[in-house]
Amino acid sequence: MTASVVVTGLGVAAPNGLGEQDFWNATLAGKSGIGPLTHFDASGYPARLAGEISDFTAEGQLPSRLMPQTDRVTRLSLVVADWALADAGVRPAELPEFSMGVSTASSAGGFAFSQQELKNLWSKGSQYVSAYQSFAWFYAVNTGQISIRNGMKGPSGVVVTDQAGGLDAVAQARRQIRKGTSLVVAGAVDALLCSWGWVGLHTSGRLSTAEEPTRAYLPFDDRAVGHVAGEGGALLIMESGDSARARGAEVYGEIAGYAATFDGREPGLRKAVELALADAGVTAADVDVVFADAAAEPELDRVEAEAIVEVFGPHGVPVTAPKTMTGRLYAGGAALDLATAFLALREDTIPPTVHTEPAERYGLDLVVSQPRAARLRTALVLARGHGGFNSAMVVRS
Amino acid sequence: MTARRVVITGVEVIAPGGVGARKFWELLTEGRTATRGITFFDPSPFRSRVAAEVDFDPYVHGLTPQEVRRMDRAAQFAVVAARGAVADSGLALDALDPYRIGVTVGTAVGSTMSLDEDYRMVSDDGRLDLVDHTRADPHFYNYFVPSSFAAEVARTVGAQGPSSVVSAGCTSGLDSVGYAAELIREGTADVVVAGATDAPISPITLACFDAIKATTPRNDEPERASRPFDGTRNGFVLGEGAAVFVLEELESARRRGARVYAEIAGYATRSNAYHMTGLRADGAEMAEAITVALDEARMHPTDIDYINAHGSGTKQNDRHETAAFKRSLGDHAYRTPVSSIKSMVGHSLGAIGSIEIAASILAIQNNVVPPTANLHTPDPECDLDYVPLTARDQLIDAVLTVGSGFGGFQSAMVLAQPERSAA
Amino acid sequence: MSRTFTLDDLKRILLEGSGAPEGTGLEGDIIDTDFADIGYDSLALLETASRVEREYGIELDETVVGEASTPRALLDAVSAHLLDQAA
Repeated sequence: MTASVVVTGLGVAAPNGLGEQDFWNATLAGKSGIGPLTHFDASGYPARLAGEISDFTAEGQLPSRLMPQTDRVTRLSLVVADWALADAGVRPAELPEFSMGVSTASSAGGFAFSQQELKNLWSKGSQYVSAYQSFAWFYAVNTGQISIRNGMKGPSGVVVTDQAGGLDAVAQARRQIRKGTSLVVAGAVDALLCSWGWVGLHTSGRLSTAEEPTRAYLPFDDRAVGHVAGEGGALLIMESGDSARARGAEVYGEIAGYAATFDGREPGLRKAVELALADAGVTAADVDVVFADAAAEPELDRVEAEAIVEVFGPHGVPVTAPKTMTGRLYAGGAALDLATAFLALREDTIPPTVHTEPAERYGLDLVVSQPRAARLRTALVLARGHGGFNSAMVVRS
Repeated sequence: MTARRVVITGVEVIAPGGVGARKFWELLTEGRTATRGITFFDPSPFRSRVAAEVDFDPYVHGLTPQEVRRMDRAAQFAVVAARGAVADSGLALDALDPYRIGVTVGTAVGSTMSLDEDYRMVSDDGRLDLVDHTRADPHFYNYFVPSSFAAEVARTVGAQGPSSVVSAGCTSGLDSVGYAAELIREGTADVVVAGATDAPISPITLACFDAIKATTPRNDEPERASRPFDGTRNGFVLGEGAAVFVLEELESARRRGARVYAEIAGYATRSNAYHMTGLRADGAEMAEAITVALDEARMHPTDIDYINAHGSGTKQNDRHETAAFKRSLGDHAYRTPVSSIKSMVGHSLGAIGSIEIAASILAIQNNVVPPTANLHTPDPECDLDYVPLTARDQLIDAVLTVGSGFGGFQSAMVLAQPERSAA
Repeated sequence: MSRTFTLDDLKRILLEGSGAPEGTGLEGDIIDTDFADIGYDSLALLETASRVEREYGIELDETVVGEASTPRALLDAVSAHLLDQAA
């Protein structure tokens, strides 16, 4: 019997809400954070809508010394980690250093920082490249900076599997806790909304070029034409059930099951769901809600809907995609879905999927327009990464 | 139920000095160096102009034009090394349940070469602030997200189990294999194709290491530029390459009569929580990682026959890890040969941890300690046995290999003859 | 006409390239305070040296950053270069 791994704190930064409470209120109200891109002039690009975080300022929340050496994604990550630790009532300085770790996912690193330094290199010369370029853009930077800021010397790392990474990093944290680490800051934040990052996202071929925010990201809808990209994510404070109990922590719930697969001769999503349910020791009937990956690309929607229907039956389980209010946040999006699932369990409320009119052929009970009250004990969160990555995680109150 | 044990049954190395595990081992045991003046582009604007480049023709190694077009050089390394490792293992992967086969690929800096090149195209050499999407490489998304490395390897070996890129700066190559071993140990996978790759020799990488004076300016003697533990060292030499392994559960490897290179007996990673690039002189966190890895291996410091060091050739590193060895192994540190293959193949960032695992298991297999090249005048503060210049014949049952990376990551792995580590 | 490099120039470049340190920061009498005690690490000094080199068109000796551990030492080193340049 393996010990339980629980979540005791959440930190959230989303386009429709900064901080757990703002985000949850906005999500229940169906408030979307999708709008015209403003971080740079996007008028010349095919896609011009995004889920931007508009009211975040790192100044005052982080030391001035960190500013020249951090990309936006790292500033967001550090602040979100602070919020998560505060939410858990944890003061890292009071805990043994080697008992705490950090596990994050990143989709493409600190891209705006890289763009700036590449510009310096090619337009001015190599001596204009920042001393901080050696780490400020790379995939491990958020984990490194969080561990330094909080004095966490335990096992730490980074996984990169595009959107699925948000769940994979949490699964890795669960492994570390099972092996004896008391507390891990886990999850992901992504922020790629600079012009070069925007070009990168376009080359996925999956960005929606729709002009109208309410028509741009419509998963499981016959009008689906791709997704809107966003920035943000969530970090979770994970602890062993024993250590959370010992310090009398309030617990959101448990990471009960997880599995990851890769697409091959057939899509691997259904197998990931089955393995995650088995890992959690539950059956399909125990699952009260599914947070869908919701690609909003017809073929990918079909694959996901089939996997859900094959496991749960047609209209067999409520399904939702609150990311229709934030856009896809890549690795950050899966972590945000996980945080949202814990909030839903706590409030016995399924947040809605907005703007979508689900196509009947998918056979899904999609929770649209309004939140739905329901007794929630177990949730399943799905995430897929570009290229064939599938992850499924079961959480339980 | 006894714990599942994880062994390495296949290996392939793409390192400077020659593609293939055999050429790699020859280079190391002959104490030759593969560092040279940079040939990939004109390095004259840079402070450090030496590197350990791989002479690699993807077509010679079976990649199709399509594959070459869509993959960065680092991805090409990973795919070629993965195919080689699977062939070396003799394992018929297609006879296995694909969902029980996993993939992990370590990388520190992903598709840096392609990103650098693509940036120049879309920005018109830095002139455009708003870069031009119409000039982007159609395969740019593969470079944009390093997860494409794991996807390419998973596809090429037919894996459908857990697949991911593991990135922790310059410990990525150790952490990727450590992560993979855990997938087998916990029962999630039976086989994992695991390793690491990086191909960072590009202008932006040179510029960023120039800016912090981390790479050596010893441009006049490229073949003698990488000098770990030597009193005259003044920075590391950038390298590139990949090493990939087939990891299996011990019992099933034995049942099929596989050649077992070594068991992954113990692994741990810790962080210094101190600085993104700086190291404290006491080596406490690396020492902690070593101690935990030994515990996991149920071994004592005296069981270690050889230490494959991080040995990057920066003053800071060499003293830091020398302190870490003494702190974790006590007096045994003085009696154990320690060497750095970076003296010969340079520092390939995220890849080198896996390349050093390859050197470690080949050391076990051949009972030879590879030397530290270019070590003529030892730094008085580095007072261990660093095996200068010449390889040494010696019975080797267990090797400790370590890594230290930007971000504060400190990792350690114990590799051993399975018979030995069972004791 | 040689340019001068003053403590104010150094402070400005430190702030631009590496941000303001915690605490009293750059206020007060810091000219003989170790950079580490002011709140600047070796990376900050490398970044600073590189900005000074660019702005003043000089090339500092490789050893300057390692050896100039206080603002005064760095000012002296840079001033010596500026003098050489003017000569």
